[in-house]
Amino acid sequence: MTERPRDAGWFAGAALVLAVAVLVGVSIGPAGPPWWRVPLALIDHLPLISLDSGVSEAEWNILWKIRMPRVILGGLVGGMLSIAGASYQGVFRNPLVDPYLLGVAAGAGLGATIALTTGRGVTALWPVDPVPTAAFVMALVTVGVTYAVGTSRGLTGAGAGGRSGTTLVLAGIAVVSFATAVQTFILQRHNEVVREVFQWVLGRLSGATWSDVLLILPYVVISSIVLILHRRQLDLFRVGDVEAATLGMSVSRSRLVIVVTATLGTAAVVSVSGLIGFVGLVIPHVIRLMAGASYRRLLPLSLMLGGAFLILVDIPGRMLTNPAETPIGVVTAFIGAPFFIYLLRTRRVPV
Amino acid sequence: MSVIEFRDVVVRYDRRVVVQPFSDRVESGEWLGVIGPNGAGKSSLLRALAGLVPHDGSILVDGHDLAAMSNKDRAKLVAYVPQEPLIPDDMSVFDYVLLGRTPYVSYFGVESRHDRDIVAEAIERLELGAFVERMLGELSGGERQRVVLARALAQQAPVLLLDEPTSALDIGHQQQALELVARLRHDDGLTVIAAMHDLTLAGTYTDRLTMIDQGAVVASGLARDVLTAERLGEIYHVCVTVDLDDDGTVIVVPRRGFPTP
Repeated sequence: MTERPRDAGWFAGAALVLAVAVLVGVSIGPAGPPWWRVPLALIDHLPLISLDSGVSEAEWNILWKIRMPRVILGGLVGGMLSIAGASYQGVFRNPLVDPYLLGVAAGAGLGATIALTTGRGVTALWPVDPVPTAAFVMALVTVGVTYAVGTSRGLTGAGAGGRSGTTLVLAGIAVVSFATAVQTFILQRHNEVVREVFQWVLGRLSGATWSDVLLILPYVVISSIVLILHRRQLDLFRVGDVEAATLGMSVSRSRLVIVVTATLGTAAVVSVSGLIGFVGLVIPHVIRLMAGASYRRLLPLSLMLGGAFLILVDIPGRMLTNPAETPIGVVTAFIGAPFFIYLLRTRRVPV
Repeated sequence: MSVIEFRDVVVRYDRRVVVQPFSDRVESGEWLGVIGPNGAGKSSLLRALAGLVPHDGSILVDGHDLAAMSNKDRAKLVAYVPQEPLIPDDMSVFDYVLLGRTPYVSYFGVESRHDRDIVAEAIERLELGAFVERMLGELSGGERQRVVLARALAQQAPVLLLDEPTSALDIGHQQQALELVARLRHDDGLTVIAAMHDLTLAGTYTDRLTMIDQGAVVASGLARDVLTAERLGEIYHVCVTVDLDDDGTVIVVPRRGFPTP
C-alpha cells in the first residue's frame, strides 16, 4: 500500500478513540459493577488469562448481555451512517446530503408503519419481529423507485451518460414526499400506533441484543469495505462528472455501485435502530474540518469516529432513564449541533 | 505521436446541429488551433473528441475509432483541459495531479510508486515543485492553470485538447501557459488541438488554424492565409487590421469602428 504516512497516524488515532469509546460505553451504566472493575472483568474473560476482577456472574451478565451489544450496535450504526453519509456527499458533490437523501428513511418509516399497523394482529405470534424486515424492504424499494424515476434520459448533462446527480436528488425529494404522505395517511387512520411509530422514527439503541448485532454486522462490514475500496472514485467525483469521465472513470456505474452499497448498509442499520439523524450528515463534515477532505482518509475515519460518537452520546441517554429514555436521535442533535456550529465558526468550510 | 482523423463528424444537441460535417486530419505532433466566434462550435468539436457528447461520423486516433472505446481507454489517448475546470479548493496539488493517473489504475486498485513518480515529474515539469502540498484554493489563476496542465500531462496521453486554455489569464500568464504547452508538445511529441480566442496568440503558437462559424469550417490553413481582415470582419463582425511581422508572425490589431460590409 502506498498510503501517505500521515494517514496511518490518523487511522491509529481514530482506532484508539473508538477503543476508548467502547471501553467507556461498557463501563458506565445505571446498574452493574463499579466502572473501574469493568476492564479487569474484560481481561479476565480473555482466553488463557485469569484474574480476580471482583465482578460477579450476574454483574458480568449485565456487562456482556446488556451493555456490550448496545455499545457494539451503537458503534456499527454510527459508523455505517457516517461512512454512508460521506459517500453520498461525495457522489452527489453536495455537502447538505445525508444517507437518507434518496428515501431510505422515508421508506423505512413507511415500512415500519405498515408493519406496526396492519400486521400487529397477524404477526404477534411470529418468531421474528416483522418491523425491521418491513423497514429494510421498504427502504430498498423506495430508493429503487427514486433511482428508476431519476434516470430518465434527456434531462441529464453531457458526459454523465444518463444518471446525473441533480436529477436523482430531485427524484429523491419527490419520492420522499410521496412516501411520507402515505405514512401520514396510514397514521391518521391508526391513532393507536402513533406513539409507537414516533418512538421508532426517533431511533433507539435500547434493548439491543447480540442477535441485533449479528443481523446487521454482515451488511455493515461488506458495505464499509466496498465503500472504502471506492475512495479513489469518490476523490474523482470531486472534479465533477464531466472531468471524471475524461479522466477515464465510468461515472454512472461508479455512482450506482456507491449509492447501492451505501443504501444497503444504511437500510440495514436503520431497520434495527430507527432513524437516528444528524450523524450521517455532520460526522463527515467534522472529519473534513479536522483531517482534510480526501476520501482516502475520510472514509475510514468516518467509520471509526462515527461509531465512537454514537457510543458516547448514547451514554447520557442510558443514565437518564426516567420517566422514559431520551431518544438517541435527540441526543445526537443536542450534543452534535453545538459542536458543529463551533467548528463552522472557527474553521474554513470545505465543500 | 498520434494522428487524429475526423470523418464527417456531426454534433447535435437535441435536433440542433452545432458542428456540421467536419473532416480533417491532424498530423502527429501538429498543433491545430480552432478559432471562431462564441457559439461557433469550437468547444463542441473538442467535447466530441473527448467523448463528452455523442457524435455522428467517426473520430480516429491512429486508426482506432474513439466511439468504440471505454472511457478508460480513451483517457489513455486523449487528455482534455476544459475551459473552466472544476477546482476543489481543499484538494492538494499532488492529489489533484494524481487524478490524471486514473486510466492506469484498476477499479479497486491504488496508484503505484511508478504512478506517483510520474505525478512528481509532471509537477516538476510545470514548475509547481514548491506547491506540491498546497491546497488548490490557495493558488493563483496562473498556478491553477499549470496544475490542470500537470494533471493532463500525468495522463500521458499523446493527444492534448485545450478548450480556451488562457481565457482567464492575464497576458503574461497567457504567454507562460502557451510556452509551457509548446515545450511539452515538443518534448513529448504531443498532438495538440486547442480552441483559442486570442487570434494573434493562436497564429503565433499553432502550426495551422481552422476557423469555424455556425458549426461549419470557413477557412483552414496557415495563419497568414486564414487571418485576413476581410474574413475576420465577415465572421467576427469586427474591425481589424492584420499586419505581417518580419518573421512571418501575423498580428491582428482591433481598430475603432464597425466593419465595412
